Amino acid sequence: MPETIENVAIKVSVNGKPRSLNVEPRMLLVEFLREQLDLTGTHVGCDTTYCGACTVLMNGAAVKSCTIFAVQADGAEITTVEGLESAGQLHPIQKAFGDAYGLQCGYCTPGLMLSASQLLSRNKQPSEKDIRKAIAGNTCRCTGYQNVLKAIQLAAQNMKGV
Amino acid sequence: MLLQLGEEAKLLAGGQSLIPLMKLRFASPKHLVDLNFISGTSYIKEENGALRFGALTRHAEVEYSASAAKLPILHDCASGIADVQVRNRGTIGGSLAEADPSGDWATVLMTLETEVRCLGTKGERIIPLPEFIRDAYTTALLPDEVLSEVIIKVPPRASGGAYLAFKRSAPVYPTASAAVRLTMEGDVCKEAAIVLGCVGLTPIKSNDAETALRGQRITEKAISAAVESARAAADPQSDMRGSAEYKRTLVGTLVKRAIEIAVQRAGGKQVEVSHIYA
Repeated sequence: MPETIENVAIKVSVNGKPRSLNVEPRMLLVEFLREQLDLTGTHVGCDTTYCGACTVLMNGAAVKSCTIFAVQADGAEITTVEGLESAGQLHPIQKAFGDAYGLQCGYCTPGLMLSASQLLSRNKQPSEKDIRKAIAGNTCRCTGYQNVLKAIQLAAQNMKGV
Repeated sequence: MLLQLGEEAKLLAGGQSLIPLMKLRFASPKHLVDLNFISGTSYIKEENGALRFGALTRHAEVEYSASAAKLPILHDCASGIADVQVRNRGTIGGSLAEADPSGDWATVLMTLETEVRCLGTKGERIIPLPEFIRDAYTTALLPDEVLSEVIIKVPPRASGGAYLAFKRSAPVYPTASAAVRLTMEGDVCKEAAIVLGCVGLTPIKSNDAETALRGQRITEKAISAAVESARAAADPQSDMRGSAEYKRTLVGTLVKRAIEIAVQRAGGKQVEVSHIYA
């Protein structure tokens, strides 16, 4: 049995809110978000660094939160799907996923939207190839990706000048 | 610190291999030392005809680096490793220090004159990459050492390289890969480096394939001879990614394409390359 290890105090900004908590060193970031902060929009799909359902932004970069320890996020800014909307208004990416039917069961959708968010923050006019590359780490087993591509293209259009 | 913690301590770089291995209990280190909070470990510098990468430089940083873009083979590799999320975390130093037989960086960097700087309690050592990679998951690092920098000598201008890896989907390791670097004089190949990945316990440098090109005009015949030698040099295992025979055939095809692209690049042509997957 592993010996008991003391919890570690971490300070993380999650969706703009500062959070200070004591966590087990072995706790994964995704467990921290879901179980400590009740932010259950971030999903656990494969838990093997494959599917990308757990994708969040860490200091603006898309990362798989099942493959980072919560203690590693100390001092970082994390954005989850709950942080995309502002003042009760859906983010243009969220709206586009709805308008273009970019989801079916929805399990992978939060991760896909955060991957799209990193892409569009760095590339305002992505080509289809750019989009495919940006979401290659997000597995979707329903849509066949066509409407996901359309949704991200639509989001890019709607975000022009934003 | 590593000395104090003993042999059951592991260094955590990007964590994109080590954390999954820990979840599978293939690795159960008693102590993890996270290197990510040490400042000044992520950089790309050009100095005295060499590119120097801090050990914690992320794959994505190499992918978007103007300095690294001068060697397109580095971009081939950096832009195709796994997916965006993994490239945002995974590091060049971590990849080399892990020495996974299916890792991308070691294969690519063996075609260049690459050295790694290892810092230990007794000072530092600079080790040529081929001596650093000892075996599968085994490097020349001593228990009290950490890989701190990767130093790549910039090859002559008439040199071109290419790295091609075939994988089943974005997030997985390649089934096979091939890295080629050729230095040309007109249409004659002066120097050749051909390294095969994922088809042995370490990257395999195929001397016979290199000999088949060195001093030759790059004709279809010369390429075929190099491909045959590369196939013979491969030592693949059958596994879930494919049978040994399949991988041997695949690596030959990758070598052929990589030679063709390396020739074009040596001639100053821009060719875009990334990992191939269905």
